[in-house]
Amino acid sequence: MSRTWITESPIAAAAVLEMVGAPDDGAAVLFLGTVRRENEGRPVRGLRYEAYQSMAETELATIVREVQERTGVQDIVAVHRVGELQIGEVSVAIAASSPHRAAAFDAARAVIEEIKHRLPVWKHEHYADGAARWLEGAIPHSAGEGP
Amino acid sequence: MRIRVVLLASYRDLAGAAEVVVELPPDARATDAIAVLRARSTRAALLPERPVIAVNQEYASLDIPLRDGDELALLPPVAGG
Repeated sequence: MSRTWITESPIAAAAVLEMVGAPDDGAAVLFLGTVRRENEGRPVRGLRYEAYQSMAETELATIVREVQERTGVQDIVAVHRVGELQIGEVSVAIAASSPHRAAAFDAARAVIEEIKHRLPVWKHEHYADGAARWLEGAIPHSAGEGP
Repeated sequence: MRIRVVLLASYRDLAGAAEVVVELPPDARATDAIAVLRARSTRAALLPERPVIAVNQEYASLDIPLRDGDELALLPPVAGG
């Protein structure tokens, strides 16, 4: 099965992992992205993820469908959190399962790389010294050209 | 025709608005909508001339023709994950 969603609620990693897996599978991979306590040497207090919600939902589903077609791995679940997050909280979770481990690793890796490149989500970091800023991001390659 | 322009994240902060309605001639393209928007105020002029865009929630190229009621989003470089 595959399932994708964007959520304001904390991500239950174990529940995401439990959504994949079939009797023919011999491998299941779970990737978690978490909030680091520092970025480029600056102590981080927390951050806010913001999504272009309607587009992010369809784009995440498209990413997973493309990875399913490319890798042959059918069981993929991906969820991205939005809103205010504390240090250590899970911002993204991806689970993939397949008969053998290589394909499951490949599929999970491909989904996170595509998320980084094209999911319309932005990160506003708040620092310990009170400053805050939008993080520099990636220019979506499917868009053709950037600023 | 009327287009809804959605500004996200740093672009919203830059322009000081999350959503703007732009009036355009019938044969207008996305670049025309952005030009009209940028001419509106000194803050809007801070937006890039050629940002990444989405039309009706799908990535699109800047020369895409627009239709009445379209939702044109200006997307800063993305930073999910």
